[in-house]
Amino acid sequence: MSAVSLSAIEARVPVVEALSADKVYADGTRALNPVDLAIWPGEFVTLLGPSGCGKSTLLKMIANLIAPSDGRLLWWRHGFDGVGEAGKNLVMVFQDATLMPWSRVQANVRLPLDLQKINRDTANSRVAEALALVGLTGFERHYPRQLSGGMQMRASIARALVTEPNLLLMDEPFGALDEITRNRLDADLIQLWWKKKLTVIFVTHSIYEAVFLSTRVIVMAARPGRVLAEVTIDEPHPRTDAFRVTQKFAAYAKQLSEHLADASTRGATDL
Amino acid sequence: MKADRYFSWLAPVTVGAIAVILWHALVKALEVPHYLVPSPALVVQTLFADWGLLFGSLLVTLKITFGAFFMAVLVGTVVAFLFVQSRWVEVSFFPYAVLLQVTPIVAIAPLIIIWVRNPTAALVVCATLVALFPIISNTTLGLRSVNPALIDLFRMNKASRWQTLVRLRIPSAAPYFFGGLRISSGLALIGAVVAEFVAGTGGTSAGLAYQILQAGFSINIPRLFAALFLITVTGVLLFLLMVLLSKLALGSWHESEVKQEA
Repeated sequence: MSAVSLSAIEARVPVVEALSADKVYADGTRALNPVDLAIWPGEFVTLLGPSGCGKSTLLKMIANLIAPSDGRLLWWRHGFDGVGEAGKNLVMVFQDATLMPWSRVQANVRLPLDLQKINRDTANSRVAEALALVGLTGFERHYPRQLSGGMQMRASIARALVTEPNLLLMDEPFGALDEITRNRLDADLIQLWWKKKLTVIFVTHSIYEAVFLSTRVIVMAARPGRVLAEVTIDEPHPRTDAFRVTQKFAAYAKQLSEHLADASTRGATDL
Repeated sequence: MKADRYFSWLAPVTVGAIAVILWHALVKALEVPHYLVPSPALVVQTLFADWGLLFGSLLVTLKITFGAFFMAVLVGTVVAFLFVQSRWVEVSFFPYAVLLQVTPIVAIAPLIIIWVRNPTAALVVCATLVALFPIISNTTLGLRSVNPALIDLFRMNKASRWQTLVRLRIPSAAPYFFGGLRISSGLALIGAVVAEFVAGTGGTSAGLAYQILQAGFSINIPRLFAALFLITVTGVLLFLLMVLLSKLALGSWHESEVKQEA
Protein backbone atom coordinates (compact mmCIF):
# COMPACT_ATOMS: atom_id res chain seq x y z
CA MET A 1 0.00 0.00 0.00
CA SER A 2 1.41 3.38 -0.90
CA ALA A 3 1.89 6.25 1.51
CA VAL A 4 -0.70 8.33 -0.32
CA SER A 5 -3.54 5.87 0.19
CA LEU A 6 -2.47 5.39 3.80
CA SER A 7 -2.88 9.07 4.52
CA ALA A 8 -6.20 8.98 2.69
CA ILE A 9 -7.39 6.33 5.15
CA GLU A 10 -5.95 8.41 7.98
CA ALA A 11 -8.08 11.34 6.91
CA ARG A 12 -11.21 9.24 7.27
CA VAL A 13 -10.46 8.29 10.88
CA PRO A 14 -12.34 10.71 13.10
CA VAL A 15 -10.22 12.47 15.70
CA VAL A 16 -12.93 12.16 18.33
CA GLU A 17 -16.24 10.36 18.32
CA ALA A 18 -18.89 10.75 20.99
CA LEU A 19 -21.28 7.80 20.93
CA SER A 20 -24.40 8.61 22.93
CA ALA A 21 -22.16 10.12 25.57
CA ASP A 22 -24.11 11.86 28.31
CA LYS A 23 -23.51 13.22 31.79
CA VAL A 24 -25.78 12.94 34.79
CA TYR A 25 -24.36 14.08 38.12
CA ALA A 26 -24.76 12.07 41.30
CA ASP A 27 -27.55 14.39 42.51
CA GLY A 28 -29.59 13.57 39.40
CA THR A 29 -28.80 16.83 37.55
CA ARG A 30 -28.65 16.14 33.85
CA ALA A 31 -25.70 18.17 32.55
CA LEU A 32 -25.79 16.76 29.06
CA ASN A 33 -28.25 14.69 27.03
CA PRO A 34 -26.69 11.91 24.92
CA VAL A 35 -24.48 13.40 22.24
CA ASP A 36 -23.43 11.81 18.97
CA LEU A 37 -20.62 13.65 17.34
CA ALA A 38 -17.60 13.06 15.13
CA ILE A 39 -14.74 15.50 14.72
CA TRP A 40 -12.60 15.08 11.62
CA PRO A 41 -8.93 15.90 11.09
CA GLY A 42 -8.32 19.53 10.15
CA GLU A 43 -11.69 20.77 11.39
CA PHE A 44 -12.21 23.83 13.55
CA VAL A 45 -15.35 22.92 15.47
CA THR A 46 -16.97 25.33 17.90
CA LEU A 47 -19.34 24.32 20.68
CA LEU A 48 -21.63 27.34 21.01
CA GLY A 49 -24.27 27.89 23.65
CA PRO A 50 -25.35 29.72 26.80
CA SER A 51 -23.94 28.86 30.22
CA GLY A 52 -25.26 25.56 31.50
CA CYS A 53 -25.63 24.01 28.04
CA GLY A 54 -22.97 21.42 28.79
CA LYS A 55 -20.43 22.69 26.28
CA SER A 56 -17.60 22.70 28.82
CA THR A 57 -18.78 19.34 30.14
CA LEU A 58 -18.60 17.90 26.63
CA LEU A 59 -15.14 19.39 26.12
CA LYS A 60 -13.91 17.96 29.43
CA MET A 61 -15.25 14.56 28.41
CA ILE A 62 -13.31 14.84 25.18
CA ALA A 63 -10.25 15.79 27.25
CA ASN A 64 -10.91 12.68 29.38
CA LEU A 65 -10.98 14.91 32.47
CA ILE A 66 -14.47 13.64 33.28
CA ALA A 67 -16.05 10.36 32.27
CA PRO A 68 -19.42 10.12 30.53
CA SER A 69 -22.21 8.63 32.66
CA ASP A 70 -23.31 6.52 29.74
CA GLY A 71 -22.20 6.03 26.17
CA ARG A 72 -18.56 6.31 25.25
CA LEU A 73 -15.91 8.33 23.51
CA LEU A 74 -13.30 7.21 21.02
CA TRP A 75 -10.11 8.99 20.10
CA TRP A 76 -8.73 8.00 16.68
CA ARG A 77 -10.95 4.90 17.05
CA HIS A 78 -9.17 3.98 20.29
CA GLY A 79 -10.05 4.14 23.94
CA PHE A 80 -8.21 6.91 25.79
CA ASP A 81 -5.43 4.55 26.88
CA GLY A 82 -4.71 3.84 23.22
CA VAL A 83 -4.14 7.50 22.34
CA GLY A 84 -0.48 7.50 23.30
CA GLU A 85 0.16 4.13 21.67
CA ALA A 86 -1.35 5.44 18.45
CA GLY A 87 1.24 8.23 18.57
CA LYS A 88 -1.40 10.89 19.10
CA ASN A 89 -1.78 13.57 21.72
CA LEU A 90 -4.39 16.08 22.71
CA VAL A 91 -3.93 19.22 24.74
CA MET A 92 -6.18 21.76 26.36
CA VAL A 93 -6.15 25.52 26.75
CA PHE A 94 -8.19 26.63 29.74
CA GLN A 95 -10.43 29.60 30.49
CA ASP A 96 -7.63 31.28 32.39
CA ALA A 97 -4.06 31.24 31.16
CA THR A 98 -3.24 28.90 34.11
CA LEU A 99 0.45 29.75 33.96
CA MET A 100 2.56 28.88 36.98
CA PRO A 101 3.27 32.29 38.56
CA TRP A 102 6.61 31.14 39.99
CA SER A 103 8.01 30.18 36.58
CA ARG A 104 9.16 32.38 33.75
CA VAL A 105 7.41 32.21 30.40
CA GLN A 106 10.04 29.88 28.99
CA ALA A 107 9.71 27.37 31.83
CA ASN A 108 5.92 27.60 31.68
CA VAL A 109 5.81 26.77 28.00
CA ARG A 110 8.41 24.04 28.46
CA LEU A 111 6.38 22.30 31.19
CA PRO A 112 4.80 19.56 29.01
CA LEU A 113 8.25 18.72 27.60
CA ASP A 114 9.82 18.74 31.07
CA LEU A 115 7.13 16.34 32.29
CA GLN A 116 8.07 14.04 29.40
CA LYS A 117 11.72 14.40 30.49
CA ILE A 118 12.80 15.74 27.12
CA ASN A 119 16.38 16.99 26.92
CA ARG A 120 16.62 20.62 28.03
CA ASP A 121 18.29 21.99 24.88
CA THR A 122 15.87 20.28 22.52
CA ALA A 123 13.00 21.46 24.69
CA ASN A 124 14.22 25.06 24.72
CA SER A 125 14.48 25.22 20.95
CA ARG A 126 10.94 23.86 20.63
CA VAL A 127 9.78 26.44 23.18
CA ALA A 128 11.40 29.17 21.08
CA GLU A 129 9.49 27.93 18.02
CA ALA A 130 6.20 27.83 19.90
CA LEU A 131 6.74 31.33 21.31
CA ALA A 132 7.52 32.60 17.81
CA LEU A 133 4.23 31.09 16.57
CA VAL A 134 2.21 33.08 19.10
CA GLY A 135 4.29 36.25 18.77
CA LEU A 136 5.98 36.11 22.17
CA THR A 137 9.60 35.94 21.08
CA GLY A 138 11.69 38.03 23.47
CA PHE A 139 9.44 37.40 26.49
CA GLU A 140 11.12 34.14 27.56
CA ARG A 141 12.54 35.66 30.76
CA HIS A 142 9.35 37.42 31.83
CA TYR A 143 7.19 36.26 34.68
CA PRO A 144 3.47 35.77 33.91
CA ARG A 145 2.49 38.76 36.08
CA GLN A 146 4.60 40.98 33.83
CA LEU A 147 2.44 40.10 30.81
CA SER A 148 -0.96 41.48 29.83
CA GLY A 149 -3.99 39.18 29.87
CA GLY A 150 -3.77 38.67 26.12
CA MET A 151 -0.07 37.86 26.27
CA GLN A 152 -0.64 35.39 29.12
CA MET A 153 -3.19 33.64 26.91
CA ARG A 154 -0.67 33.57 24.07
CA ALA A 155 1.85 31.93 26.40
CA SER A 156 -0.82 29.41 27.36
CA ILE A 157 -1.43 28.61 23.68
CA ALA A 158 2.33 28.28 23.12
CA ARG A 159 2.43 25.75 25.98
CA ALA A 160 -0.31 23.78 24.21
CA LEU A 161 1.42 23.93 20.81
CA VAL A 162 4.86 22.95 22.08
CA THR A 163 3.85 19.29 22.11
CA GLU A 164 2.64 19.53 18.48
CA PRO A 165 -0.82 18.25 19.39
CA ASN A 166 -3.08 16.28 17.08
CA LEU A 167 -6.08 17.81 18.80
CA LEU A 168 -6.28 21.19 20.49
CA LEU A 169 -9.13 21.75 22.95
CA MET A 170 -9.93 25.32 23.95
CA ASP A 171 -12.39 26.13 26.74
CA GLU A 172 -13.53 29.76 26.27
CA PRO A 173 -9.90 30.82 26.14
CA PHE A 174 -10.51 34.48 25.32
CA GLY A 175 -13.67 34.94 27.40
CA ALA A 176 -11.98 37.14 29.98
CA LEU A 177 -10.30 39.47 27.48
CA ASP A 178 -11.55 42.76 26.08
CA GLU A 179 -13.15 42.64 22.66
CA ILE A 180 -10.27 44.24 20.78
CA THR A 181 -7.73 41.82 22.22
CA ARG A 182 -10.10 38.93 21.69
CA ASN A 183 -10.58 39.77 18.00
CA ARG A 184 -6.84 39.99 17.48
CA LEU A 185 -6.24 36.65 19.19
CA ASP A 186 -9.06 35.08 17.17
CA ALA A 187 -7.44 36.29 13.97
CA ASP A 188 -4.04 34.97 15.03
CA LEU A 189 -5.53 31.66 16.14
CA ILE A 190 -7.24 31.05 12.82
CA GLN A 191 -3.97 31.79 10.99
CA LEU A 192 -2.16 29.36 13.26
CA TRP A 193 -4.79 26.67 12.72
CA TRP A 194 -4.49 27.11 8.98
CA LYS A 195 -0.71 27.19 8.91
CA LYS A 196 -0.15 24.24 11.27
CA LYS A 197 -3.12 22.17 9.95
CA LEU A 198 -4.43 21.78 13.50
CA THR A 199 -7.65 20.16 14.60
CA VAL A 200 -9.40 22.40 17.11
CA ILE A 201 -12.47 22.06 19.31
CA PHE A 202 -13.33 25.49 20.68
CA VAL A 203 -15.91 26.39 23.32
CA THR A 204 -17.47 29.85 23.33
CA HIS A 205 -20.71 31.69 24.07
CA SER A 206 -19.93 34.36 21.49
CA ILE A 207 -21.85 33.93 18.24
CA TYR A 208 -19.44 36.20 16.36
CA GLU A 209 -16.40 34.35 17.57
CA ALA A 210 -18.01 31.06 16.50
CA VAL A 211 -18.77 32.32 13.00
CA PHE A 212 -15.37 33.88 12.51
CA LEU A 213 -13.35 30.86 13.60
CA SER A 214 -15.24 27.72 12.75
CA THR A 215 -15.57 25.37 9.89
CA ARG A 216 -18.50 23.89 11.79
CA VAL A 217 -20.55 25.15 14.75
CA ILE A 218 -22.36 22.82 17.14
CA VAL A 219 -25.20 24.88 18.66
CA MET A 220 -26.16 23.79 22.16
CA ALA A 221 -28.97 24.65 24.60
CA ALA A 222 -29.33 24.47 28.37
CA ARG A 223 -31.62 22.67 30.84
CA PRO A 224 -30.91 19.99 29.95
CA GLY A 225 -27.66 20.49 28.07
CA ARG A 226 -28.16 19.23 24.54
CA VAL A 227 -27.07 19.65 20.95
CA LEU A 228 -29.58 21.72 18.95
CA ALA A 229 -28.10 22.01 15.52
CA GLU A 230 -24.98 21.90 13.42
CA VAL A 231 -24.10 24.74 11.09
CA THR A 232 -21.26 24.53 8.60
CA ILE A 233 -19.55 27.88 8.04
CA ASP A 234 -18.73 27.64 4.38
CA GLU A 235 -16.19 30.43 4.04
CA PRO A 236 -12.73 29.89 2.56
CA HIS A 237 -9.53 30.11 4.58
CA PRO A 238 -7.40 31.81 5.58
CA ARG A 239 -9.98 34.24 6.90
CA THR A 240 -9.10 37.78 7.85
CA ASP A 241 -10.88 40.54 9.74
CA ALA A 242 -12.50 41.56 6.43
CA PHE A 243 -14.80 38.53 6.85
CA ARG A 244 -16.36 40.13 9.93
CA VAL A 245 -18.00 42.91 7.92
CA THR A 246 -19.43 40.80 5.10
CA GLN A 247 -23.14 40.03 4.58
CA LYS A 248 -22.32 36.34 4.71
CA PHE A 249 -20.91 36.78 8.22
CA ALA A 250 -24.08 38.57 9.32
CA ALA A 251 -26.24 35.86 7.77
CA TYR A 252 -24.39 33.12 9.64
CA ALA A 253 -24.61 35.06 12.88
CA LYS A 254 -28.35 35.51 12.35
CA GLN A 255 -28.80 31.80 11.64
CA LEU A 256 -26.94 30.85 14.84
CA SER A 257 -28.80 33.34 17.03
CA GLU A 258 -32.14 32.10 15.65
CA HIS A 259 -31.23 28.56 16.69
CA LEU A 260 -30.33 29.83 20.16
CA ALA A 261 -33.48 31.99 20.41
CA ASP A 262 -35.70 29.06 19.37
CA ALA A 263 -34.24 26.95 22.13
CA SER A 264 -34.70 29.64 24.79
CA THR A 265 -38.38 30.31 23.89
CA ARG A 266 -39.07 26.60 23.81
CA GLY A 267 -37.27 26.25 27.12
CA ALA A 268 -39.41 29.05 28.57
CA THR A 269 -42.72 27.45 27.53
CA ASP A 270 -41.57 24.15 29.03
CA LEU A 271 -41.52 25.89 32.40
CA MET B 1 8.75 56.27 46.21
CA LYS B 2 11.99 57.04 48.00
CA ALA B 3 10.34 59.38 50.49
CA ASP B 4 7.78 56.64 51.14
CA ARG B 5 10.50 54.21 52.01
CA TYR B 6 12.16 56.55 54.47
CA PHE B 7 8.80 57.35 56.00
CA SER B 8 8.01 53.68 56.53
CA TRP B 9 10.87 53.28 59.01
CA LEU B 10 11.27 56.87 60.17
CA ALA B 11 7.69 57.06 61.45
CA PRO B 12 7.82 54.06 63.82
CA VAL B 13 11.32 55.03 65.00
CA THR B 14 10.08 58.51 65.86
CA VAL B 15 7.13 57.07 67.79
CA GLY B 16 9.54 54.80 69.67
CA ALA B 17 11.93 57.66 70.46
CA ILE B 18 9.12 59.88 71.74
CA ALA B 19 7.82 57.04 73.93
CA VAL B 20 11.28 56.48 75.45
CA ILE B 21 11.78 60.20 76.07
CA LEU B 22 8.34 60.45 77.63
CA TRP B 23 9.05 57.40 79.80
CA HIS B 24 12.34 58.92 80.92
CA ALA B 25 10.77 62.34 81.63
CA LEU B 26 7.86 60.86 83.60
CA VAL B 27 10.09 58.64 85.72
CA LYS B 28 12.30 61.66 86.54
CA ALA B 29 9.45 64.13 87.06
CA LEU B 30 7.34 61.87 89.27
CA GLU B 31 10.43 60.47 91.00
CA VAL B 32 9.28 56.88 90.47
CA PRO B 33 11.57 54.56 92.42
CA HIS B 34 13.66 52.28 90.14
CA TYR B 35 12.32 49.14 91.84
CA LEU B 36 8.90 50.02 90.38
CA VAL B 37 9.76 51.48 86.99
CA PRO B 38 13.39 52.07 86.11
CA SER B 39 14.29 54.83 83.66
CA PRO B 40 15.34 53.74 80.17
CA ALA B 41 18.86 55.00 80.88
CA LEU B 42 19.11 52.70 83.89
CA VAL B 43 17.83 49.76 81.82
CA VAL B 44 20.54 50.32 79.22
CA GLN B 45 23.12 50.72 81.98
CA THR B 46 21.99 47.42 83.53
CA LEU B 47 22.08 45.77 80.16
CA PHE B 48 25.77 46.64 79.86
CA ALA B 49 26.61 45.94 83.51
CA ASP B 50 24.91 42.50 83.52
CA TRP B 51 25.83 41.68 79.92
CA GLY B 52 27.80 38.56 80.77
CA LEU B 53 24.92 37.07 82.72
CA LEU B 54 22.18 38.18 80.34
CA PHE B 55 24.04 37.20 77.19
CA GLY B 56 24.59 33.69 78.54
CA SER B 57 20.86 33.45 79.26
CA LEU B 58 20.03 34.84 75.83
CA LEU B 59 22.08 32.06 74.23
CA VAL B 60 20.20 29.44 76.25
CA THR B 61 16.83 30.88 75.23
CA LEU B 62 17.96 31.17 71.61
CA LYS B 63 19.09 27.55 71.62
CA ILE B 64 15.66 26.41 72.81
CA THR B 65 13.85 28.76 70.43
CA PHE B 66 15.75 27.68 67.34
CA GLY B 67 15.64 24.04 68.34
CA ALA B 68 11.88 24.24 68.77
CA PHE B 69 11.41 26.23 65.58
CA PHE B 70 13.47 23.73 63.60
CA MET B 71 11.53 20.80 65.06
CA ALA B 72 8.20 22.54 64.43
CA VAL B 73 9.09 23.17 60.78
CA LEU B 74 10.33 19.62 60.33
CA VAL B 75 7.43 17.86 62.07
CA GLY B 76 4.82 20.33 60.81
CA THR B 77 5.86 19.92 57.19
CA VAL B 78 5.94 16.14 57.41
CA VAL B 79 2.50 16.09 59.04
CA ALA B 80 1.13 18.45 56.36
CA PHE B 81 2.47 16.20 53.60
CA LEU B 82 0.85 13.19 55.27
CA PHE B 83 -2.44 15.10 55.56
CA VAL B 84 -2.62 15.89 51.86
CA GLN B 85 -1.84 12.32 50.85
CA SER B 86 -5.38 11.38 51.74
CA ARG B 87 -8.53 13.06 53.02
CA TRP B 88 -8.96 10.10 55.29
CA VAL B 89 -5.72 10.81 57.15
CA GLU B 90 -6.50 14.51 57.43
CA VAL B 91 -10.06 14.02 58.67
CA SER B 92 -8.90 11.45 61.24
CA PHE B 93 -5.94 13.38 62.63
CA PHE B 94 -6.61 17.09 62.11
CA PRO B 95 -8.84 17.40 65.20
CA TYR B 96 -5.91 16.18 67.31
CA ALA B 97 -3.65 18.81 65.84
CA VAL B 98 -6.27 21.37 66.91
CA LEU B 99 -6.43 19.74 70.35
CA LEU B 100 -2.68 20.17 70.65
CA GLN B 101 -3.02 23.81 69.69
CA VAL B 102 -5.79 24.73 72.13
CA THR B 103 -4.34 22.95 75.16
CA PRO B 104 -2.38 25.59 77.13
CA ILE B 105 1.27 24.67 77.18
CA VAL B 106 1.58 25.65 80.86
CA ALA B 107 -0.90 22.88 81.63
CA ILE B 108 1.06 20.12 79.97
CA ALA B 109 4.60 21.45 80.48
CA PRO B 110 4.97 19.85 83.97
CA LEU B 111 4.13 16.46 82.45
CA ILE B 112 6.64 16.89 79.66
CA ILE B 113 9.29 17.99 82.12
CA ILE B 114 8.67 14.82 84.13
CA TRP B 115 8.69 12.58 81.07
CA VAL B 116 11.70 14.05 79.30
CA ARG B 117 14.76 13.73 81.50
CA ASN B 118 17.04 16.18 79.73
CA PRO B 119 15.86 19.69 80.78
CA THR B 120 16.87 21.36 77.52
CA ALA B 121 15.12 18.66 75.48
CA ALA B 122 12.01 19.04 77.65
CA LEU B 123 11.93 22.78 77.01
CA VAL B 124 12.41 22.24 73.28
CA VAL B 125 9.51 19.79 73.23
CA CYS B 126 7.24 22.31 75.01
CA ALA B 127 8.16 25.16 72.67
CA THR B 128 7.78 22.88 69.64
CA LEU B 129 4.21 22.05 70.66
CA VAL B 130 3.45 25.78 70.77
CA ALA B 131 5.08 26.54 67.43
CA LEU B 132 3.85 23.48 65.53
CA PHE B 133 0.27 24.27 64.60
CA PRO B 134 0.72 27.23 62.20
CA ILE B 135 3.17 25.18 60.15
CA ILE B 136 0.76 22.23 59.94
CA SER B 137 -2.32 24.27 59.11
CA ASN B 138 -0.67 26.71 56.70
CA THR B 139 1.30 24.09 54.82
CA THR B 140 -1.71 21.79 54.55
CA LEU B 141 -3.83 24.66 53.26
CA GLY B 142 -1.09 25.61 50.81
CA LEU B 143 -0.61 22.10 49.47
CA ARG B 144 -4.36 21.95 48.88
CA SER B 145 -4.66 25.43 47.36
CA VAL B 146 -3.57 24.49 43.88
CA ASN B 147 -5.31 25.98 40.86
CA PRO B 148 -7.61 23.10 39.74
CA ALA B 149 -7.00 23.93 36.08
CA LEU B 150 -3.27 23.46 36.65
CA ILE B 151 -4.01 20.05 38.20
CA ASP B 152 -6.00 19.18 35.08
CA LEU B 153 -3.10 20.37 32.95
CA PHE B 154 -0.67 18.13 34.84
CA ARG B 155 -3.10 15.21 34.54
CA MET B 156 -3.47 15.72 30.80
CA ASN B 157 0.31 15.70 30.50
CA LYS B 158 0.40 12.42 32.43
CA ALA B 159 2.50 13.90 35.21
CA SER B 160 3.46 11.44 37.93
CA ARG B 161 2.43 12.00 41.53
CA TRP B 162 5.99 13.03 42.30
CA GLN B 163 6.18 15.52 39.43
CA THR B 164 2.88 17.07 40.49
CA LEU B 165 4.14 17.36 44.06
CA VAL B 166 7.50 18.93 43.22
CA ARG B 167 6.52 21.10 40.29
CA LEU B 168 3.03 22.13 41.35
CA ARG B 169 2.01 21.48 44.93
CA ILE B 170 5.18 22.60 46.68
CA PRO B 171 5.55 25.91 44.79
CA SER B 172 1.83 26.59 45.26
CA ALA B 173 2.21 25.97 48.98
CA ALA B 174 5.33 28.12 49.39
CA PRO B 175 3.58 31.45 50.16
CA TYR B 176 1.40 29.76 52.79
CA PHE B 177 4.40 27.96 54.24
CA PHE B 178 6.33 31.20 54.66
CA GLY B 179 3.27 32.80 56.26
CA GLY B 180 3.33 29.88 58.70
CA LEU B 181 7.05 30.44 59.38
CA ARG B 182 6.43 34.04 60.45
CA ILE B 183 3.80 33.04 62.99
CA SER B 184 5.66 29.97 64.14
CA SER B 185 9.01 31.69 64.74
CA GLY B 186 7.39 34.11 67.19
CA LEU B 187 5.51 31.27 68.87
CA ALA B 188 8.73 29.28 69.26
CA LEU B 189 10.21 32.15 71.27
CA ILE B 190 7.06 32.54 73.35
CA GLY B 191 6.96 28.78 73.86
CA ALA B 192 10.59 28.75 74.98
CA VAL B 193 10.06 31.57 77.50
CA VAL B 194 6.83 30.06 78.87
CA ALA B 195 8.42 26.63 79.18
CA GLU B 196 11.39 28.14 81.04
CA PHE B 197 9.00 29.84 83.44
CA VAL B 198 7.21 26.59 84.16
CA ALA B 199 10.38 24.57 84.43
CA GLY B 200 12.14 27.27 86.43
CA THR B 201 15.43 25.59 85.69
CA GLY B 202 18.32 27.13 87.52
CA GLY B 203 22.04 26.74 87.34
CA THR B 204 24.11 27.02 84.23
CA SER B 205 21.46 26.37 81.63
CA ALA B 206 19.18 29.20 82.75
CA GLY B 207 17.46 31.22 80.04
CA LEU B 208 16.10 34.75 79.98
CA ALA B 209 12.83 33.71 81.62
CA TYR B 210 14.81 32.43 84.58
CA GLN B 211 16.59 35.80 84.79
CA ILE B 212 13.22 37.55 84.78
CA LEU B 213 11.95 35.29 87.55
CA GLN B 214 15.07 35.79 89.64
CA ALA B 215 15.09 39.53 89.04
CA GLY B 216 11.45 39.63 90.11
CA PHE B 217 12.14 37.74 93.33
CA SER B 218 15.05 39.99 94.21
CA ILE B 219 13.21 43.13 93.07
CA ASN B 220 16.01 43.83 90.59
CA ILE B 221 13.57 45.55 88.26
CA PRO B 222 16.18 47.15 85.96
CA ARG B 223 17.57 43.68 85.19
CA LEU B 224 14.04 42.39 84.64
CA PHE B 225 13.51 45.15 82.10
CA ALA B 226 16.86 44.44 80.44
CA ALA B 227 15.97 40.75 80.05
CA LEU B 228 12.54 41.68 78.74
CA PHE B 229 14.19 44.02 76.27
CA LEU B 230 16.42 41.21 75.00
CA ILE B 231 13.43 38.88 74.51
CA THR B 232 11.56 41.55 72.56
CA VAL B 233 14.56 42.33 70.36
CA THR B 234 15.01 38.61 69.69
CA GLY B 235 11.38 38.31 68.64
CA VAL B 236 11.63 41.28 66.30
CA LEU B 237 14.86 39.98 64.74
CA LEU B 238 13.32 36.54 64.26
CA PHE B 239 10.36 38.10 62.51
CA LEU B 240 12.61 40.18 60.27
CA LEU B 241 14.65 37.08 59.45
CA MET B 242 11.47 35.30 58.33
CA VAL B 243 10.44 38.31 56.25
CA LEU B 244 13.85 38.24 54.59
CA LEU B 245 13.63 34.49 53.92
CA SER B 246 10.19 34.91 52.42
CA LYS B 247 11.42 37.76 50.26
CA LEU B 248 14.33 35.68 49.00
CA ALA B 249 12.12 32.72 48.18
CA LEU B 250 9.06 34.46 46.75
CA GLY B 251 10.35 37.89 45.80
CA SER B 252 10.46 37.23 42.10
CA TRP B 253 6.89 36.12 41.65
CA HIS B 254 4.44 36.23 44.54
CA GLU B 255 2.00 39.15 44.89
CA SER B 256 2.80 39.61 48.57
CA GLU B 257 6.47 40.26 47.86
CA VAL B 258 6.34 41.98 44.49
CA LYS B 259 6.56 45.78 44.65
CA GLN B 260 3.46 47.35 43.16
CA GLU B 261 4.54 49.27 40.09
CA ALA B 262 2.54 52.36 39.35
